[in-house]
Amino acid sequence: MNIMQATRLVAAREIRVKLRDRTFLISTVFFLLIAAAATILPPLLSGGPSTVAVTEAAAGPLRAAGLEVHTVPDDAAAEQAVRDGDVDAAVVTGPAVLAMNEAPDDVVSALSSAPPVRLLNPDAVDPVVAFLVPFAFAFIFFITSQTFGVQIAQSIIEEKQTRIVEILVAAVPVRALLAGKMLAGTILALGQIGLVALVAVAGMAFGDNNGLLTLLGPAIGWFVPYFLLGFVLIAAMWAAAGALVNRLEDIGGVSMPVQLAVMLPFFAVIFLNDNATAMRMLSYLPFSAPTAMPLRLFTGDAAGWELPLSLLLLLVAAAGFLAAGARVYEGSLLRTNGRTSIRTAWRERETAA
Amino acid sequence: MNAVTSVLRLDGVDRSFGDRQVLKNVSFDVVAGRMTGFVGGNGAGKTTTMRIILGVLAPDAGQVRWQGTPLSREARRRFGYMPEERGLYPKMSVREQVTYLGRLHGLTADAARRGTDELLERVGLAERGDDLLETLSLGNQQRAQIAAALVHEPEVLVLDEPFSGLDPLAVDTVVGVLRERAAAGVPVLFSSHQLDVVERLCDDLVIIADGTIRAAGGREQLRQTYTTPRFELVVETDAGWLRDQPGVSLVDLDGARAVFDLAPGADEQPVLHAALARGPVRAFRPVSPSLAEIFREVAAQ
Repeated sequence: MNIMQATRLVAAREIRVKLRDRTFLISTVFFLLIAAAATILPPLLSGGPSTVAVTEAAAGPLRAAGLEVHTVPDDAAAEQAVRDGDVDAAVVTGPAVLAMNEAPDDVVSALSSAPPVRLLNPDAVDPVVAFLVPFAFAFIFFITSQTFGVQIAQSIIEEKQTRIVEILVAAVPVRALLAGKMLAGTILALGQIGLVALVAVAGMAFGDNNGLLTLLGPAIGWFVPYFLLGFVLIAAMWAAAGALVNRLEDIGGVSMPVQLAVMLPFFAVIFLNDNATAMRMLSYLPFSAPTAMPLRLFTGDAAGWELPLSLLLLLVAAAGFLAAGARVYEGSLLRTNGRTSIRTAWRERETAA
Repeated sequence: MNAVTSVLRLDGVDRSFGDRQVLKNVSFDVVAGRMTGFVGGNGAGKTTTMRIILGVLAPDAGQVRWQGTPLSREARRRFGYMPEERGLYPKMSVREQVTYLGRLHGLTADAARRGTDELLERVGLAERGDDLLETLSLGNQQRAQIAAALVHEPEVLVLDEPFSGLDPLAVDTVVGVLRERAAAGVPVLFSSHQLDVVERLCDDLVIIADGTIRAAGGREQLRQTYTTPRFELVVETDAGWLRDQPGVSLVDLDGARAVFDLAPGADEQPVLHAALARGPVRAFRPVSPSLAEIFREVAAQ
């Protein structure tokens, strides 16, 4: 059996245990519900085109604009229909538009002659969407790397706390243990996000939001490699943090730097997302690149050469952190007396090759 | 497997933690088909030695050889190990985790399942196999631990305090299982501070104190080497005269019954003649010292 097979066995166990964990299942279902609700509900609630009451003589342009037209005998009946709530608006002689408390834009524009518009940047995004999409990306990365990172740390501590780690280390290389946990965490995280994305895409199709889907396509495509590398980076830190302590209760003390490494970039991206210079810097910084770069891509700010460059930086950082995390993990795995300092863990590699 | 090459050999193993050297030039053999007891006080270096055999710790110097070649990770995977600090996954069923450990030791899924079923049956856990480990009593958790160490039919068994925490019935079960493995040609190294259990079980004995091997070899041979010849004499009247007999040092005197040691090189027959000259002799026999006495003797050197 080589290290790959051992890694697979370890990962398979982690996944099997996780898939039976009620908390994990409930949180997954919860995310799916949110994704479905966020994509299906808004179009349903917005309620389609306005209904308008009008005399048959003036109905032509309104029908042509695709509004739902109710013909009435005269202006008084039209006004009554609005007051009764049978229709959203009425068009009376003048022409004038009647409505209860909100000007019906689609009716007004059906009656106006708009000047021709030439868009200079036709790809520019609706400002609401421009805020929501980056927030969603940053949030997904934040929540997922946090949740699954903590789980990797917990699983490492469990093995230390129950002392089974000594049997495991005698049977398989330490690196296979770590790799298996990282692999399982990544698969579960991607699986969960994939499910959420699937539900969101289905929801958008259902809610007739295909325009947004086309727009998001490339950003999502790039988000995946960034997410993967970013996740490895964070998970390696969690693994090292977990290996340093012996009891689940003690994880708070070592996890602070990891929490900050996830949280600070998250808030930076959220609050600075309209500051081009800050975003450019954040998109190269390994910790914030997974959220900042797909975002700049989405808003069309990133030049083509920037992606591979920042991805390369992230790759190097992830590899570096993985190596460092593995070393700390190897150095502290068998120290079951109290908390191990990073320095001790770094210096001492105990097991035989 | 041939008896000459199927030897686990430690050769000049040193190990320090910081400034403290816990193993000094440790060398001994664990021979196939024999149960080797590994005894020593707390902190003498038993656990460190066993961890080095399993590769959980690396030695600073020296090496461990199995069948004549230095141990590789691949070879160690076929070893069975029961660490002193026990533990399995609390939230996994017994069957599932024993199977998992079997697979980590290189068994196929089928072989792991079969091995698990057989072993759980053997250690009396078949009916609890699907229960979560944490719901088992401590004694049953220990049985599960034994099953976990044996599931892959190891070529070598290393058990750190396998009997601690076991009730007498479970001790018998474990002893039975270990003897079976030894009889099948597996070298078995086990440590214990319960010297009476070691005495009952071991064929060979390794005694460690302060990180140094003080004695190693067959149990009977050690008995002869490391203890002065001791005899018991029962006569009709008072045996106090033994005090003045050359080469004799009294260990215990209770009226007509005396226990005495002979100085090295002294013969016991003149003592018997002297006793007979004084009257009838009811008993005269050599006394085998217990392992505890050997241990005390050797460790005190």
